Amino acid sequence: MSDALVIAHDLTKRFGDFTAVDAIDFEVKQGEAFGFLGPNGAGKSSTMRMIGSVSPITSGSLSVLGLNPATQGPQLRSRLGVVPQEDSLDIELTVAENLMIYGRYFGLSRAVIRPRIEELLDFVQLNGKRDEKVDKLSGGMKRRLTIARSLINQPELLILDEPTTGLDPQARHVLWDRLYRLKQDGVTLIVTTHYMDEAEQLCDRLVVMDQARIVAEGTPSDLIVQHSTREVLEMRFPPGMQDENVARLSGLAERIEILPDRVLLYTPNADATSSEAQARGIRPVAQVSRRSSLEDVFLKLTGRSLVE
Amino acid sequence: MNSTLRMYERSARVYRGVWRGSVFSSFVNPLLYLVAMGIFLGNLVDKQTGGIAGVSYLEFLAPGLLAATAMQAGAGDSSWPVLAGIKWQRYYLAALATPLSTRDLVIGHLAWVATRVALVSAIFVLVATALGAMTLTGGLLAIIPAVLTGLAFAGFVTWFAAKLEDGIGLTNLFRFGIMPLFLFSGTFFEISRLPDWMEPVAYLTPLWHGVELARSLALGVDPTFSRATHAGVLVAYIAVGTVLAVRQFEKRLVV
Repeated sequence: MSDALVIAHDLTKRFGDFTAVDAIDFEVKQGEAFGFLGPNGAGKSSTMRMIGSVSPITSGSLSVLGLNPATQGPQLRSRLGVVPQEDSLDIELTVAENLMIYGRYFGLSRAVIRPRIEELLDFVQLNGKRDEKVDKLSGGMKRRLTIARSLINQPELLILDEPTTGLDPQARHVLWDRLYRLKQDGVTLIVTTHYMDEAEQLCDRLVVMDQARIVAEGTPSDLIVQHSTREVLEMRFPPGMQDENVARLSGLAERIEILPDRVLLYTPNADATSSEAQARGIRPVAQVSRRSSLEDVFLKLTGRSLVE
Repeated sequence: MNSTLRMYERSARVYRGVWRGSVFSSFVNPLLYLVAMGIFLGNLVDKQTGGIAGVSYLEFLAPGLLAATAMQAGAGDSSWPVLAGIKWQRYYLAALATPLSTRDLVIGHLAWVATRVALVSAIFVLVATALGAMTLTGGLLAIIPAVLTGLAFAGFVTWFAAKLEDGIGLTNLFRFGIMPLFLFSGTFFEISRLPDWMEPVAYLTPLWHGVELARSLALGVDPTFSRATHAGVLVAYIAVGTVLAVRQFEKRLVV
């Protein structure tokens, strides 16, 4: 209890008749990386905005860093870092000016901000771009600058809303590495994502959200153990042949998930299952055996895949 | 107080990158209008009528045009930049994730607009003085009502811009709001020349009060009502516009 930085109970957000967040409970502990995994529209961003005290809660209770967002917003925001889903950099200003202006929003003096700018540009590997206009940066560089900006006030809690959406794989790995270092330095992270690999890479603990509710909670490996088998065998059949093959698969796996383009067989041992299928004369055009992932957990819990 | 100056600082920094072009057009605009309308058209007017309200047309026009220029600067700086901060570049959203409040954003923005209008007006007065359209003292005094006029529009346009989803509303505002006011609020001719029913309409517009006050200070004559009345109307416009703008920011951005 005492080490929880964020405590939400029955937290609800409504926009008119639409319920974006429906009575969710969660706690984020000091020093951990906590994830919200879910498809677009699940209520992740609304939850982030309430934690960031830029969006008033509709009902329930929320405490962040021991403060009440409704009454202590400015005090609370001065101790948070926020990386919003969409870039909100000042494109007419340079990289360094963006950091200076943002530091000034926090009421920091220029003398305090100046050395921090150099440190942060170093940290996100943008030193060479110091006096470049933001307009000219690539998408990955803008995200890194946004992260640097969110750290200008040395926040205790960093909130990242889909930090790597739209980035190429290389840029994502650079970002993940930076976030991992921040965690090592003791910054508590809250991350939303609809990428299971991101959640697996970054998060110590996560909740799975779907349709405004939390449907599962735990460490990535716990969730897989609880909600899926160890391995998965994916089979692909020629167009129009899937149904008749599915009929012959019954009993081969603990659970069979039928997707429009392929069939997933949940099993402790994918290779053994594959041999059994072959013995039955089932001939897929392609098949893959792999470990279970959070994607499988999500599929089981909601019947839908994460990225649609 | 400290926190309201943060947005001001941001705007000032952005302006540092564009000030040359901005100052240049602030010179050229009044020069073109004062030469074409004040001097050339004014010659014709003066020959026919012997001047307006006891002065040459150029002297009559200059303070009115100063107030109208201030209106355009105040409205212009509160239109696209405000919508960009909300919708396109989202710099207001970025600022709201910090300790700043919507009130800080609006007050900081309007304080910056006041500075910009003062700058544009000062350049106008320099040009007008050089052309013999104003005395330096009269011109400098008239900067005060010019800034009030700019702010009276800035508050309302900020409120209006913060309600919009795209720039079409702003284009219409300038075409059907600002432009007619520019033409019919006593800038180019006395409003007593308007049809009777239009005269009271002019009394309601902030620009007419700005023009009256600027002209009275520049020429050292009595305005239609008292100077305090005209100034009071402008201040009331500023107060109401500011309150509406803060409310709209809260409604739009804190959801």
